[in-house]
Amino acid sequence: MLAARVVMDQGVQVEGINFYTGFCVEGHTHAIRKQDADRPKRNNALWVAELLRIRLHILDVVEEYKDVVLNPAHGYGANLNPCLDCKVFMVRKALQWMHGQGFDFIITGEVIGQRPMSQRRETLPVVARESGAEDRLLRPLCARLLPESLPEREGWVDRNRLLDFNGRSRKPQMALAARLGIRDYAQPAGGCCFLTDRSYSAKLADLWRSRGERRYELDDIMLLKVGRHLRPRPHFKLIVAREEGEGRFLEGYRHQFTHLQTVSHGGPLVLVDGRCDAEDLRLAARVAARYSQGRDAEHVEVEVGRPGGGSYALKVRPLAAEDVPPDWHI
Amino acid sequence: MSHHYLDARRLLCPLPVIRVQDRVADLSPGDTLEVHCTDPGALNDVPTWCRINGHAVLDMGSERHEVRILLRVGEPDKAPAGG
Repeated sequence: MLAARVVMDQGVQVEGINFYTGFCVEGHTHAIRKQDADRPKRNNALWVAELLRIRLHILDVVEEYKDVVLNPAHGYGANLNPCLDCKVFMVRKALQWMHGQGFDFIITGEVIGQRPMSQRRETLPVVARESGAEDRLLRPLCARLLPESLPEREGWVDRNRLLDFNGRSRKPQMALAARLGIRDYAQPAGGCCFLTDRSYSAKLADLWRSRGERRYELDDIMLLKVGRHLRPRPHFKLIVAREEGEGRFLEGYRHQFTHLQTVSHGGPLVLVDGRCDAEDLRLAARVAARYSQGRDAEHVEVEVGRPGGGSYALKVRPLAAEDVPPDWHI
Repeated sequence: MSHHYLDARRLLCPLPVIRVQDRVADLSPGDTLEVHCTDPGALNDVPTWCRINGHAVLDMGSERHEVRILLRVGEPDKAPAGG
């Protein structure tokens, strides 16, 4: 937002590009849950574009992005976050778009030293080089600490009106925002990608382990964002809705998964991911009963629905809390 | 001018907007598009996307966890351009 504004204030026409990888954390993902109901239900990129009065192009890169997640040349950060490869990928995609649309250079909001992996003095040139953008990549917020870029050399932008931000502190950005009259802005640092989240990364790693190969589809990574995930046996896991909003979301997957719903007592919808025999399903039903209002009942009736249609009922004794080992929770 | 329908139900942000964006790219100015979503955020995002890209929202509402938005495709050069 600030980088765009700094360049726009020099009379440069700017348009925004937002990449959808499937791992984006957005208000809406949280909005499935009641506990996040206070978060604004808006897409921040769109919101910022409207504030800046610029066009925004949202690009679906889910398929192409898989290679970044699965084979990051520069490795992962603390979790399964391939931040440096991600930046290279996005700048490369922006460069392609730039050429296609007749624009002259790319700007990003990167700041030297802001992030431990992808925004270090040594890694900024890596992004420029490996993306192919080279000196058509301008970082307005720290440009005065970097070699001159093409837009500066050509006089398209005035280097003296660019900035020299450096380090982890966001205070200079906040001060600049105040000077520019920007009072409301999205979270100032990170937190926009599920791959930086330890719990989410553990679920993704579990998915790959259980399949014996590293691959995913969009539905896989969407489901990792929702519900309580338990793996009672290596060959199947359960996704248990934690509240009404999640239950509604999981309902959309009933045609793809065997699913369980307690009928004698109120309870969450449970999806079964994996191949289960009758004994496995009985165990799954006991777990479903455990998370239902009938957890203390002698027996709970559970309907088992097949993905292709058809269902049958099981009468089971709910698992006791001590019968759900901690290592079932992913 | 013709009327079109887009089913974006079960998609979470920003997929409804992406689907709208991609569909509108194939339509002509004056065409109308009726979008159905289940992500409540679409009530904010689709109109925002329309405003910054020069399209008009003719009607919208939600009922039983489903959002319906009717928009009219605008002229491509009527959108704002920063700078």
